Amino acid sequence: MAITVKVMKRPEHEVSYLRATLKGLALTFSHLLRPSVTMQYPEQTATDDWTLSPRWRGTHRMLTDEQGRSKCVACGLCPQICPANCIKLVPGEDEQGNRYPLIYEIDEFRCVFCGYCQEVCPEEAIHVGVHYENAEYERGRFVYDLERLCAQTHPVSTLWDPSDPKGQ
Amino acid sequence: MTPEELKGLLLVSSIKIGVVFAVIMIGVIMIIWVERRGSALLQDRLGPNRVGPLGLLQNVADGLKNFTKEEVMPLQADPVIFVMAPMMSFVAAMLLFAVVPFAAPLPPFDVTLPLIGHVVHEGPVAMVIANLPVGFLFILAVSSIAVYGIVLAGWSSNSKYAFLGALRASAQMISYEIPLAMSLVVVLLLAGNVPLGDIIAFQQQTTWFVFAATLSWLLFHVATFAETNRMPFDLAEAEAELVAGFHTEYSSMKFAMFFIAEYTGLITMSALIATLFFGGWDIPFTTWDEQEATNWSFGTLFRVGMTNLFFIGKTFFFAWVYIWVRWTVPRFRFDQVMHLGWKILLPISLGYIVVMASAVLVLERLGMVHDWKYGMALFAVNVPLVALCVFGLDRDRLLLGARLRSQAET
Repeated sequence: MAITVKVMKRPEHEVSYLRATLKGLALTFSHLLRPSVTMQYPEQTATDDWTLSPRWRGTHRMLTDEQGRSKCVACGLCPQICPANCIKLVPGEDEQGNRYPLIYEIDEFRCVFCGYCQEVCPEEAIHVGVHYENAEYERGRFVYDLERLCAQTHPVSTLWDPSDPKGQ
Repeated sequence: MTPEELKGLLLVSSIKIGVVFAVIMIGVIMIIWVERRGSALLQDRLGPNRVGPLGLLQNVADGLKNFTKEEVMPLQADPVIFVMAPMMSFVAAMLLFAVVPFAAPLPPFDVTLPLIGHVVHEGPVAMVIANLPVGFLFILAVSSIAVYGIVLAGWSSNSKYAFLGALRASAQMISYEIPLAMSLVVVLLLAGNVPLGDIIAFQQQTTWFVFAATLSWLLFHVATFAETNRMPFDLAEAEAELVAGFHTEYSSMKFAMFFIAEYTGLITMSALIATLFFGGWDIPFTTWDEQEATNWSFGTLFRVGMTNLFFIGKTFFFAWVYIWVRWTVPRFRFDQVMHLGWKILLPISLGYIVVMASAVLVLERLGMVHDWKYGMALFAVNVPLVALCVFGLDRDRLLLGARLRSQAET
């Protein structure tokens, strides 16, 4: 034999090609009778043994107060901590001296979904969401502006808490 | 031959060709569907289930997609051979079915039809496209042409992966052609003639050749896996090593031609196993299906229909075995394939010919008539032979290295 083949010494009952093949055929046939584990995705988004984790970090959502204004106070912490540099924030100030974002845009293409913006936010305004259906017809639509971020309705992520690692 | 008989022959042949071609094409679509859904079920998945009920139209959709895709030809490819290769594969695969009988014969007819006029067919209408006197020799010859399609495809692509696939295909298919033919020598010894119709008649008279020539069936079955280029011997297109093997450079309908040819080969080889070793269209334990067809009655047509159903059922069963094995057994290494072909299958088949020839000679001398006892006597010869082979095919005895090492240890 041209190729040097290392052959393991195995007990006699384990070394038959024919018996092994028949055993394999029996095994695959037993799988034929088992129920399939496929989730029919567009119709079904969760099964008995699989749902999206509540810690899933998806596209962002900006929470609003009772008047429907965003909770953001334009402190500038989120663009500061963002490792992907995907948040654009231009702060403004009204007559009472309250700061609010003039421009707040998140480029979801640049975002790495680390969730730091949610962790750092002192007002609990910006959140990453439990959401994954983000298809758009144009690239430009992936830059979410403030209005769009406020209009999102999907649930927000419960980030991992080091003091409560199991999420209880 | 009178003009009426000629017209009858032409009419019957063209109808048979049209029907068989259409049925094979639909069968290919169905068997690809079975392969995809079956493999999915074997892996606890669902498989394609969106296009049409149960995903039945998925392959039609894929075929349409292939028709509309761009044809890519490598710049350095040989244009004539590159285009010819898929055709050769396809035609060779299609031709094989011409000699396979698929039902009990229809009765003779003598009718006047509109447009065609008076047509006559003397004797029963054999349900086979071409009742060639050379029988399965034709199959051996044409199935060898199929390898040219693969080799030329790989060579003309001017791509190293395609070329390697073609080299493997040529080496592998030539070495498995020999055990394939050798295992059929035993069938020839028993039946005494090569046309498949005669082989079926002999099996109806005695027993199915799976009993009379069990080892022959095993050898033939293994060799057809290599001949149809299917797992565990699909080395010509080993995805892990050779991208896609001989059809790496093929796209759109040219690729689909190879695909259809592969599955046509699968159906034909299943039909051949059914015909050669499992009685073809014979219905077991009955004799009413073997009577001469004399008149056009409901009984005759029912008989033809039932035998055809049995033939399709057997063919489908072996096609399923091919699929089942494909999704069970992993691919062999190339030296293992060659080892199995030349050092195991070939000596076994040669030895088997000698043993069976002696057995047939002894039975002839004893003056045994060709009935079921004849088949059972041969089966009694086969059982120890099969047991011996199964015992001898242990891995330890198979691989040279293990033997040498155990000898060194003792």
